[in-house]
Amino acid sequence: MTGICDKVAILGMGCSRFGERWDCDAEDLMLEAFREASADAGVEARDLDAAWFGCYFDDASVGKSALPLANALRLKNIPVTRVENMCATGTEALRGAVYAVAAGACDIALALGVEKLKDTGYGGLPVGTPGTFTEQWRPNTSSPGSFAQLASAYRAEHRVKGEDLKRAMAHVSWKSHLNGAINPKAHLRRAVDLDTIIGAPMVAEPLGLFDCCGVSDGAACAIVARPEIARDLGKTEIVTVKALQLAVSNGSEAGHEGWNGSYIHCGRLAGQRALEEAGVRSAPDEIDLMEVHDCFSITELVTMEDLGFAEEGKGWRAVLDGAFDRDGATPCQIDGGLKCFGHPIGASGLRMAYEVYLQLLGRAGDRQLPSPSLGLTHNLGGEPARCVVSVAVFGRSD
Amino acid sequence: MNRLGIVDAAAYVPSMRLDRGAIFAANSWANPALKGLARGSRSMCNWDEDSLTMGVEAARRCLAGRSRDDVSRLYFASTTPPFADRQSATVIGEALNLSEQLAAVDLGNSRNAGMQALCEVLRGDRQALVVAADARRAKPASVQELQYGHGSAALLLGREGSIADVVAEYRLTRDFVDQFRGSGEDFDYRWEERWIRDRGLREIIPKLVQGVLKKAGVAPGQLARLVLPAAPPRMTAAMAKALGLPPEAVQDGRLGDVGDTGAPHPLLLTVDALAESSPGDLVLLVGFAQGGIALLLKATGNLPRWQQRNAHRLALSPPRPESAYTKYLSFSGLLPMDFGMRAEADAKTQLSVFDRHRAELTGFAGGRCPVCNTVQFPRSSRCVNPDCNAEGEQEVVLLADEPGTVTSFTQDWLAYTPHPPLQYGLASTESGARVLMEFTECPLKQMQVGLRLRFVFRIHAIDSHRGYRRYFWKGAPAPNEEKT
Repeated sequence: MTGICDKVAILGMGCSRFGERWDCDAEDLMLEAFREASADAGVEARDLDAAWFGCYFDDASVGKSALPLANALRLKNIPVTRVENMCATGTEALRGAVYAVAAGACDIALALGVEKLKDTGYGGLPVGTPGTFTEQWRPNTSSPGSFAQLASAYRAEHRVKGEDLKRAMAHVSWKSHLNGAINPKAHLRRAVDLDTIIGAPMVAEPLGLFDCCGVSDGAACAIVARPEIARDLGKTEIVTVKALQLAVSNGSEAGHEGWNGSYIHCGRLAGQRALEEAGVRSAPDEIDLMEVHDCFSITELVTMEDLGFAEEGKGWRAVLDGAFDRDGATPCQIDGGLKCFGHPIGASGLRMAYEVYLQLLGRAGDRQLPSPSLGLTHNLGGEPARCVVSVAVFGRSD
Repeated sequence: MNRLGIVDAAAYVPSMRLDRGAIFAANSWANPALKGLARGSRSMCNWDEDSLTMGVEAARRCLAGRSRDDVSRLYFASTTPPFADRQSATVIGEALNLSEQLAAVDLGNSRNAGMQALCEVLRGDRQALVVAADARRAKPASVQELQYGHGSAALLLGREGSIADVVAEYRLTRDFVDQFRGSGEDFDYRWEERWIRDRGLREIIPKLVQGVLKKAGVAPGQLARLVLPAAPPRMTAAMAKALGLPPEAVQDGRLGDVGDTGAPHPLLLTVDALAESSPGDLVLLVGFAQGGIALLLKATGNLPRWQQRNAHRLALSPPRPESAYTKYLSFSGLLPMDFGMRAEADAKTQLSVFDRHRAELTGFAGGRCPVCNTVQFPRSSRCVNPDCNAEGEQEVVLLADEPGTVTSFTQDWLAYTPHPPLQYGLASTESGARVLMEFTECPLKQMQVGLRLRFVFRIHAIDSHRGYRRYFWKGAPAPNEEKT
C-alpha cells in the first residue's frame, strides 16, 4: 500500500462566511464557497470531471441526493456523489475527490460541503434517530451530553480535579475566541474572558455554554487534481495531501469494557495512520499547526493526547501551559475552530483544510503563522463511544 | 391444608414524596378548605413510572432471591393500566423473564381489583404472583389530589413456605357508588363524604368483618391486626372500637407518607401488617368498593425469617421529599410545560423491530460469546470484544438483576426529558456488559464515575401522538448508595 501522500494537489479552495446566514439559502452558500475556489484554482464548473457533495442533515436542509450541488453550480451532468459521515462529512467529501484523482479516474474533482443549520429552528443540532432498534433503548442523548461523558471518565481515569479540568477546558475555548476574533469569516468574533466561560450556564455537566461550539450555516470546498496538472495550470506554490485517513468505530467502545471512556479510540487510530502515511515521525516536532474537531472543549483537550501532542493524562496541563495557543508549540484552531469559526457540519472538515491551505500558502492575513510547512486536520463525527474520525495532513510540495 | 398461602410479599412506593403543604400552597386561592388535608406527603411517580413499571418493581422485590421457574400465573390489578388493549401482566411477565406458558391476567375496573386478584389466585393450586399498582390522577385542587398516592404491591402465593395462610374469605357485592371514573375519563368523581362514611363504610365494613369471622369461627377479640380501607384514623379507630378492638389493632393506612394508592392499597398494607405481626396472629384484610372483600389470614412460623429478610427490602427506597408542585402536575400530564423543540421529536416505536428484540428490551437479555465468553448488550451475531469478534449464537444472559456501576456520565440540560437534566452514560454490569443507558432516581450531586447501580424497569419514551409508550431498563443508585 503506497498511500495517498503527494499524489494529489489542491488547486484551489473556498469558504463562505460562516454564521447565522439568514440572508441566504444553502445553494447561495455553495456558490459563495465555489466562486472563491474557482477563482483560486483558475477552474470553472465546466472544467470539473466529478464532484463529491457532503451534507449531513439532508431532510432539514437541502434534501437528499447529489442533486442540490449539481443544481446550485449547474454542473455539466458530471458524476456527483453524495456523502454523509456525521460531523466528518466534509473530510469524507474531500476523501472521495482525492481518491478519485489519485486513482486517475478523473483529472479535476470538486469536494464541497454545506450545511444550513440555522433554518432548522433549533438552538443546537436537530434531533436525529440512531436507528429503529437502537432508539428503543438508548437514551435520548444530545451532542454535548455525549461528549461531556469524556470529561467524567477523564477526571476519573487520570484523577484530575473537576475544577482543574474545567479551567483547562475554559482555556481551550478562551484561546479559540481570541483566534476567532481576528477571522473575518468566523461566526463568533468576540474574545471572552475566562471567568465568563467558567461561569456560563451548564449545558451538559461539565460543559457550559462556552464549552460548546457554534452551530452555523456555511459551505467550504476544494478543487483537487494531480500535482502535474496543477503545474500545467501554472501553479508554482503547491499544497498536496500528505495523508487522509479515516477510522470508524465498530461498537467495541460502546459495548466492551476494554475502553474506559476517557479518550477517543478511533481518534488515536486515525492519527497514527495519518502520521505514518505522511511520513511524520514526531507530530509535535513536525506539525506546524492543526485544526481539530473542537465540537466541545473537552474534545479538543483529549484530542491533543490522542494525536500525540500531549502525554496521556497530561493534556489538561499542556493546554493550561498554552501549548496550543497561537504563540504556543503547536497552534491549534488558529482560525477560531468549530468553536468560533462555526460548525456547519457538512462543511467543517473542508473548512479545516481551508485554513491549513491558507496558512501553508501564507494567505491567512492577520492570523498568518510564520512559514508553516505541515498542517493537520482532525474531523470527528458521532460521539466518543461511536464515532468516525478523519485525520488529514497537508504540506507544501513546490 | 393443601391451599395456597402467602409465601412472599413486597411493596413499592416511588421515592418521590410530594409535600402536601406545597399542593395546598399552590391551590389555597381556589380552595382554602384544603388546609385540613395539607399535612405530610404523598407518593408520586417519577415521569418514567406508571402502574406497569411500579408493578414490575414490586414483583421483583417480591421474587428477589427466589427461583422464578414455578411462577405459572400472574395477575395484575390496576384501575390505571397504561394500555386499554395490551395486557400489563404480559409485559410484567416478560420483564421478569417468566415462562412463555405463563397464565397472565389483568384485572381492573375496581379499587378492589387487588383483593379480587388475590382471591382469584387463591382458588388455584399453582404458584402465582399477584401484582397490583395504581397511579391515579386527580384534578388539581381536589381532595383526591391530596389523598391519593402512587404505589404497588406484590404477593407470591404458593404451597410451601407460607408466611401467612388464608383462613377464610367473605364477600359482599353491592353496587354502592361512592365514586366512579367513566371510561376514558381522567379523573374520579366522588359523592359526598359523610354519606360514604355513614351508608358505605359504617354499614358494609362491619358486615364484611362479621361475615368472615363467623365463617372462620373466630371472635373479634382474637384478631391481632385489622387492615381497613383508606379512611381517616379517627374513622378506622371507631370501626375497630365497634368490633371491640383497640385502635392499635388497626394497621396504619400510610395516608401520612404515601396516600391512598387505590387497587394495591390493601395489599400494600398487608406487607406492612405482615412485617409487624407474629406467628399465630390473625390478620384481617378488608377491601372496599361496590361492596367489599374480607380475607382472614393467619401468620405462620415462617414469618420471623421473612421479616428478617424483608427488613432490607423495605428499606430499598428511602423517600425523597419533593416540593415542586408543577413537577407533579407536569408528570401527571396536567401541565403542558415548554421543553423546547427537542420535545417535538417523534417517539414512534417500530413494532416489528420491538418484536424482534423483545427479550433484550423488556427482559434486558444480553448475550455471551460462545468463544471468549464476553457478555454484551445488545446480543450480537459477532462478538463485540475487539480481540475476539467471533461469529456465533450467543447464550442469553439476563442483566436486570446484576449489579452495575457508572463508567461515564453526564447531566444533560439540552436533551429532552420530562425531568431535566437527562442523566445518562455508560454503565457496566457485573458480568462485564457495557450499556449506554439512562440513569434515574439519582440526586445530581450523588452521580459519579464508579457509583453502584441497580437496574430498574422504566418508561423509555412516551409516544403521545399514538398513545404508545415503550419501556427499557435504567440505572438507579444501588440501595446502599442511596441516602435518606
